[in-house]
Amino acid sequence: MSLETRQAPAGSNAVLAAGFSDPVHDAQRCFRALMNAMAQPGKRQTYDASQLKPPVPLTPMGAALALTLFDYDTAIWLDPGLARSLDVLAFLRFHTSAPIVSTPVEASFAIVSDPAQMSALSNFNQGSADYPDRSTTVILLNQTFSTDEHVELSGPGLKEPESFSSTPVPNGFWRQVQANNAQYPRGVDLVFAGTDKIAALPRSTRISPKGA
Amino acid sequence: MYVAVKGGEEAISNAHQLLAKRRRGDTSVPALTVDQIAEQLSLAVARVMGEGSLYDEGLAALAIKQARGDLIEAAFLMRAYRTTLPRLGYSQPLDTGRMYIERRISATYKDLPGGQVLGPTFDYSHRLLDFALAADAEGLPEAVARRVSTPASMPRVTDLLGDEGLIEPDPARSADAAVSDLTREPLSFPADRDLRLQNLARGDEGFLLALAYSSQRGYARTHPFTGEIRYGAVEVEFFAEELGFAITLGTIKVTECQMVNQFSGSAKAAPTFTRGYGLVFGQVERKAMAMSMVDRAMRWEELGEELTAPVQDHEFVLSHSDNIQATGFVEHLKLPHYVDFQAELDLIRKLRAEWLEAQGAVDPANGKKEAAE
Amino acid sequence: MTYAPQTPSESAYNFAYLDEQTKRMIRRALLKGIAIPGYQVPFASREMPMPYGWGTGGVQVTASIIGKDDCLKMIDQGSDDTTNAVSLRGFFKKTAGVATTFETADASIIQTRHRIPEKPLREDQVIVFQVPIPEPLRFLEPRETETRKMHGLEDYGLMHVKLYEDIAKNGHIATTYAYPVKVNGRYVMDPSPTPKFDNPKIDRMPALQLYGAGREQRVYAVPPYTDVKSLDFEDYPFEVQSFDKPCGLCSAEGVYLDEVILDDHGGRMFVCSDTNHCEERRAQGLTGPMAAAPTAAQLSDGNEPKPETRT
Repeated sequence: MSLETRQAPAGSNAVLAAGFSDPVHDAQRCFRALMNAMAQPGKRQTYDASQLKPPVPLTPMGAALALTLFDYDTAIWLDPGLARSLDVLAFLRFHTSAPIVSTPVEASFAIVSDPAQMSALSNFNQGSADYPDRSTTVILLNQTFSTDEHVELSGPGLKEPESFSSTPVPNGFWRQVQANNAQYPRGVDLVFAGTDKIAALPRSTRISPKGA
Repeated sequence: MYVAVKGGEEAISNAHQLLAKRRRGDTSVPALTVDQIAEQLSLAVARVMGEGSLYDEGLAALAIKQARGDLIEAAFLMRAYRTTLPRLGYSQPLDTGRMYIERRISATYKDLPGGQVLGPTFDYSHRLLDFALAADAEGLPEAVARRVSTPASMPRVTDLLGDEGLIEPDPARSADAAVSDLTREPLSFPADRDLRLQNLARGDEGFLLALAYSSQRGYARTHPFTGEIRYGAVEVEFFAEELGFAITLGTIKVTECQMVNQFSGSAKAAPTFTRGYGLVFGQVERKAMAMSMVDRAMRWEELGEELTAPVQDHEFVLSHSDNIQATGFVEHLKLPHYVDFQAELDLIRKLRAEWLEAQGAVDPANGKKEAAE
Repeated sequence: MTYAPQTPSESAYNFAYLDEQTKRMIRRALLKGIAIPGYQVPFASREMPMPYGWGTGGVQVTASIIGKDDCLKMIDQGSDDTTNAVSLRGFFKKTAGVATTFETADASIIQTRHRIPEKPLREDQVIVFQVPIPEPLRFLEPRETETRKMHGLEDYGLMHVKLYEDIAKNGHIATTYAYPVKVNGRYVMDPSPTPKFDNPKIDRMPALQLYGAGREQRVYAVPPYTDVKSLDFEDYPFEVQSFDKPCGLCSAEGVYLDEVILDDHGGRMFVCSDTNHCEERRAQGLTGPMAAAPTAAQLSDGNEPKPETRT
C-alpha cells in the first residue's frame, strides 16, 4: 500500500493526508516514547510528530499514535468532535483500517479531541478480572503539561512520588483517575498527547491530590 | 570462557557446513530435484503443506529436501515462511460438494449416487516390497481407465442422510459471522468448533491418530462410521470488495472425511446420527479420518455426554496438537541449562548432606563420617 | 511440471524480521503488560525462524521494540558466547543491522535467558527475558482455564501450600530457579528460569523488564522501581544461594558462579556465570586463586571473544 498522498475515498472532499514518511522507524520511535511513558508514569517523553498533517481536530501526535497502534482488529472510539469529521474518518480508515465503534465500552482505543468535555472514564471498557488487558486505552489530545501541580503519583515505574499536571481535563477528572486505580487490576490506561510530548498514567499508578 | 561453548560462532558455522554435506549425501548419487519430490513423494508434500499450514507444493517439496526428509522440520520451515507473507483476507468457504472427485468412498452404503470411486489408494494393496522399484526397472505406468465425474453427480453422503432428517443438521452460521483464526489471536478457552477444527487441521498427524485410536478402544467411544471420504480438487474463491463479487483464485486438492456417529440421545439432544468432520490439504486420508473422530469426541458437551477421556478434553488436545510447538519445547532441552542445574546441584548437595547427617551416615561427597547429633 | 518457488532475498524481510502488523500487535500487548505489572497478556505469537522454546518470545519482544539506534546485548546462561546467544545475536545483526555489544553498560536492550547481569542496570536500559512457561501456577494446576481464575481472584493458596510442603518435607523451600514472586502486591509471576539468586535484582530494578513466552503466547512486564517480592514465610524468609568461594578467575564475591569440572579426579573450579563481568574484572587486574593455574588458563585464554564495538 502506498503511503503517498492520494485522493480520499468518497464522502470526503479533501486530499488524504500522508502517513509516516518512514513507516517502520517512525512507528518504532513513537512506540518507544509511548512505552517509556507507560513505564514511567507522568514523565514526559518527546516525540516529534510535526511531519504529520492530519485533518483537524485530529492532532499530529494523535495521528502518530493512531498509526503506531491501530489495525483492522483494534476497535476505535472517537469523541464527537472527531467522529463528525469525514476527513478524520477517511484518514483513520485509510491508514489503519481500524473499525470505528459508536460506544466507548466496545473500544480498544479511544481518542478524545476535546478532553474538557470527555466521557466519564467508567464508560470505557474496564477489562474483566480474568482478562484485565481487554480494557480501553484512552488518548487525550491537545494536552499541555503545565507546572501547576494537580496530583501526586506513586506506584510502579516511579522511584519516588512525583507530581503531575496536564490540561485540559474535565471537572472531577482526578477523582475518576483515583477511582480507576482503586479497581486495579481492572481499569483504563490514559495517554496524554501534547504537541511534541506524551505522558501516560496506567491504571497501576496511585493518585493523591496534591496538598490533601 | 568455557572451551565447550566458546567460539560459538565458528562451531555453529562448522555444524551447518557439515549438515549441508550430510544432507547432500554421497555426491556420486544424483541430487534430488524439487520436482521429483513434489511428483513422487506427493503424500509427504501434502502432510507438510497441512501441518505447515500453507498450500504450495513447490515450497513444501523444497522444505522436505532442505530438511533431509524430516517432515516436522519441513513443516516448521513452511510455517516460518508463512508468517512473513502479507495477509490479504479470508477466502469464501470451500464448497466440497462441488469437488472434482478423484476418490470417493462411503462405508455406510453399498452403493450411492455417483458410486464408489476407489481412486489412488493403498487400500487393498498387498504390502509387499516392490523390488522392481529398487531395480530402477520402473516402466511407465499403464494407462488407467478413469471415470470423469462432474461435481453435480456426487452428492455428499451427509446431505443424503440430512434429507431424511437422520443426521443432525450442519450448525447454521450466518454468512458474516467472524471465523476464529488462531494465527491471529492466541488460543483461548472455551474454544468454539471453528477454532478447534483449525487447530486440528494444523495438528500433528501422529498425535491425532493416537487420540482417535484411543477413542476406538473405549476412551470416550463415539461409534464412528465412515460416511464418506472424498479427495479431489476444489475451487478457492475470494470475495473482492472492490468488485462486489467472488473471484476464483485457483484450485487446491483436499481430503474431506465426514464421520457419521451413532448417538442414542441425551438430555440435551434427540437420538440421531451426529457428525465428526475432517479436512486436510492433499491426500492425507489417515489424518482426515483421525481429525473427524477427534472433532466428534470433542463435541461431548453440546451433545450432553460425559467428559471421561483425553480425546474429549479441549484444553489437553488443542494445547498439545501443534508439532512445531511441541518439537521446539521438547528439543529446547538441548540448550545449555547449566545455570539452573548449578542451582539444583547446590540444593541436592545440601539436602543429601542433611539427610545423611540425620542417618548418621557417611557422605560420599566429602568422604568423612558426619557427626551425628 | 516445474515447481519454481519464489525465493525472497534476505532484504525482502522487514527491519527486525517481523512485519509491521505483528509488531503493532505485540506493542499493544506490551503496553498492557506494563500497565498491569506481572499480568500475563495473551498475544498471537508468530512462528519464528528459530524453534519455539529457543527464545521466540524474547526475540519477538526485542524485534518489536528495537530501533536502528539501539545497541543489543544477547546473553544465555549469563554468557555472550553460548551457542544460542550467538545465534540470536546473529539474527538481529542480520535482520536489523543494529550495533551489538558484550558490555552490559553499553547496551540499550539486553535479551537474556536464565540470568541477569551482575552490573546494576539503569533506567535507560530494557531487559528482555526469554520465558519457557510463563505461568507460575502451571505445575500446580495444568489447566489455563483454572489458573486464569486463580489470578483473577488473587487466589494463590495453592502456591503457598506447595512452598509450605517443601519446608515440611525438606526443611527448605526446594525451588532454586524460576522462584515465584509477587509483583506490585497483586500478581504472582514467574521471573523466568533465572536462579533465585537473581530475584533481588528484579525488585525495584531501575530498568524496564519485559518477558516474552512465544510458544505459550504470553508477554508480561515489570516497570522500573516496581516492588517485586519473592514468596516466603515469616519463619522461613526467602534467601538466595551463596557461594563459599570467590570466582576462581577474577575473585568476585557475591556473584553467581558456575561449577566447571576440570578433570575426572574431582578437580573443579567455580567461575562467574556473567562472563562480561568476569572479563571486566580481570582486565582491571583482579585475579582469582585459580587464574594462574594451567587448567584455568586453558579455560580463560585462547578463545577470548573479540569485544565488539558499537558501529
